[in-house]
Amino acid sequence: MLYYILRRILYAVPIALGVSIVCFSLVYLAPGDPLQTLLPDDTPPEAVAELKAKYGFDRPVPMQYLFWLGNVLTGDFGTSIGTGRPVIEEIGRALSNTLLLGACAVAVAFTLAIIIGGVGGYLHGKVSDKVVTSIAIFGVSVPNYWLGIILVIVFAVELNLLPAVGMGKSGSQGFGLDLESLKYLILPTITLALVPLGIIARTVRASVAEVLGHEFVQTLRAKGLSERGVLRHVVKNAAAPVLAVMGLQFGHLIGGSIVVETVFSWPGTGFLLNNAILRRDVPILQGTILVLALMFVLTNLLVDLLQTTLDPRIRRA
Amino acid sequence: MWNHQLRAALAGLAVAASFSTSASAESVLRVAMTAGDVPITIGHPDQGFEGYRFVGYNLYDSLIAWDLSSADKPSGIVPGLATSWEVDPANKNRWILKLREGVRWHDGAPFTADDVVWNFEHLLDSKVPHYHAAQAASVKARIISIKNVEKVDDMTIAINTTDPTALLPYQLAYVLLVSPHRYKEVKGDWDAFGKNPSGTGPYLFSKLVPRERIELVKNTNYWDPKRIPKHDRLVAMPMPEATTRSAALLSGQVDWIEAPLPDTIPRLEKAGMKIVSNAYPHIWSWELSYQPGNPWSDVRVRKAANLAVDRAGMKEMLGGLMIESTGNVEPDHPWYGKPAFQIKTDKEAALKLMKEAGYGPGKPVKVKMAISTAGSGQMQPLPMNEFVQENLRDIGINVEFEVMDWNALIETQRKGVKAPETMQAGINGINFSRNTQEPFGAICRFAQTDQASPKGANWGHYSNPEIDAVCAKAVVEFDPEKQASLFAEAHQKMVDDALMIWIAHDVNPRAMSPKVKGFVQSKNWFQDLTPVTVAP
Repeated sequence: MLYYILRRILYAVPIALGVSIVCFSLVYLAPGDPLQTLLPDDTPPEAVAELKAKYGFDRPVPMQYLFWLGNVLTGDFGTSIGTGRPVIEEIGRALSNTLLLGACAVAVAFTLAIIIGGVGGYLHGKVSDKVVTSIAIFGVSVPNYWLGIILVIVFAVELNLLPAVGMGKSGSQGFGLDLESLKYLILPTITLALVPLGIIARTVRASVAEVLGHEFVQTLRAKGLSERGVLRHVVKNAAAPVLAVMGLQFGHLIGGSIVVETVFSWPGTGFLLNNAILRRDVPILQGTILVLALMFVLTNLLVDLLQTTLDPRIRRA
Repeated sequence: MWNHQLRAALAGLAVAASFSTSASAESVLRVAMTAGDVPITIGHPDQGFEGYRFVGYNLYDSLIAWDLSSADKPSGIVPGLATSWEVDPANKNRWILKLREGVRWHDGAPFTADDVVWNFEHLLDSKVPHYHAAQAASVKARIISIKNVEKVDDMTIAINTTDPTALLPYQLAYVLLVSPHRYKEVKGDWDAFGKNPSGTGPYLFSKLVPRERIELVKNTNYWDPKRIPKHDRLVAMPMPEATTRSAALLSGQVDWIEAPLPDTIPRLEKAGMKIVSNAYPHIWSWELSYQPGNPWSDVRVRKAANLAVDRAGMKEMLGGLMIESTGNVEPDHPWYGKPAFQIKTDKEAALKLMKEAGYGPGKPVKVKMAISTAGSGQMQPLPMNEFVQENLRDIGINVEFEVMDWNALIETQRKGVKAPETMQAGINGINFSRNTQEPFGAICRFAQTDQASPKGANWGHYSNPEIDAVCAKAVVEFDPEKQASLFAEAHQKMVDDALMIWIAHDVNPRAMSPKVKGFVQSKNWFQDLTPVTVAP
């Protein structure tokens, strides 16, 4: 097992390296310049050149990448071109806000998806199943930016029950586990949870329905095992594919959503990335994407380990 | 030591005074900006002029300030931290400025000539430790003619320029002064300075949460008693999504939003919100290529295009939120002049000119314009550009668009018409909104031969010796009235030569809660928030 974990961790290194190279290349392939939005339109070329030299943008792109990589390996992610603040500080603050929102969305999406997907799969072909399928299709089909705006219009603007934007009256610094703060989480959580809810519910439904059709279930019932006992076996057998999908969705949720965070002005990694893309803030873009990629790799590793624990056949394969 | 303690005590008193009122019933003005992040606080802000509007000019002052007191007249310049300025009669390369007495930095230290000298070193002299390359680059275009700044006495400075420049007072209005004393307190760490900035402005820094908010409190010791804020706290929040800003206003989370979308305005008005707008020095135009063989090189085509644009129709499309443009400035402006070419909608005249040029609906000419999907000051670029495209098609100008994001358009603008990628793409025009706040920036930078891109803002490399001569005179004319008349002459020539296709001036709309009172929207990119009151 230890060898397996070490091997998987080692796999993460080339993945992270590949992600950083692709990201770096994409930033430079896109038209535009990291300093354009910082300076007035009539800034003399020599002033632009001086600033480029200060940030190292006058070096060849491969050199810039190697220089950045060298610094990252020593724990220095650089400073933001836009704000002048250390990148690691910016990512840390944004990541904690995204993790909070992501964790709430995970809790809501996973719990509801397992319940309704399980019911749908168990009652396969019945009315309850049709209802579950409809919910799942709605979740997968509805664009979350549209849903977010509709929820804001209904619950914040028209009914004035919940806040429309932000993380509280004092922002994330004043966010606490009190009712007032939690109100700010409700609408973005629902918006963020809907898509994974639909995807996971469909997977759970299909997986449970498939396992219920296996001959061993019939055997268990024929041997007089209680329905609860049968279900225990069904859940265990249906869990592996569901876990794989949940792992992917977990990675998406904790990675932050540019759309949802922008609609709700939630100061997480999605909001940070969106701003960095528009401003070509290369250090922020590079640092954030690298951290998120590593988190995604780590999440997948944890899911794989969980899967192998539940189903040892996977490790043997 | 004593000096340091005295300053700290004074600063403490200032902050305490600010909070003493906030402890009871604090009145808070909450603003949703279009920016994606809180503007930087170490002096000259980022996030374009919005950064200056909500952070720069609130924390800091300039030697010479914009007059933001009137909604009716064009916004000129007034004394700021300098009470008077004049060019040395014996040496036109030297300006003498008298500084305001009795001003204190937010950290409690008195404001002196040494501080001003330090600030210009900070922007001009790369050899001093307090030089800041990014801050210098952000105002370089404004201070390019300044050689150095000298202290004459404790309250007088001299600014030496490389050439005689009559426009220096306008340029100084963009230069914000930061406290050298706070810089020394934080041991030269600009990041630490940004977390506890000190200027002389009407607001004191209170709190900053990146990407969420900046909070400023009123400076009860501000040197201009008329501009001590009438609310206790100003909270400015970045909210780049326009729909989100409207929702935040309608749900009562903010009191004021910048740039509401035209189609949300009826809903905002129905909810009792006030929509405030005014003309300001901004143009939304098509700047043209003057490269040989280009269709725009023919003045008849340029004039025809100007006559084909249905500005009134576009205004209707935008819910009235624009002013029909007939030049870089409005006709009642002192720099407008008396052009013979009257810009209006006259399709017959446009078709006649096109026919003379050898084109028409049956024999169209093709052009390609670089436009953006969004961007600061770009208004509603996609529907507006498509509207103009339709207008021009009617007279035989087929417009193709090269659509790019804002950052890419800035690069296309900065590099100019001769950039290889621009030439390769066949781009022969650009829609790029501009600031026309001060005379050179409003007129000559678009037309002078030596302002050709990438050095200046003459994107298409227009050249007209007559305009060059008038502009050369204007920048060394120290008499304000004669100077204005020279700029008017240059502008008149630009319009008569149909230098660009003038389409719209923005009106800088903002929406606010009925609780917000006392705001006067000046004809300026910047606004004075200090008279605003917020009812409970």
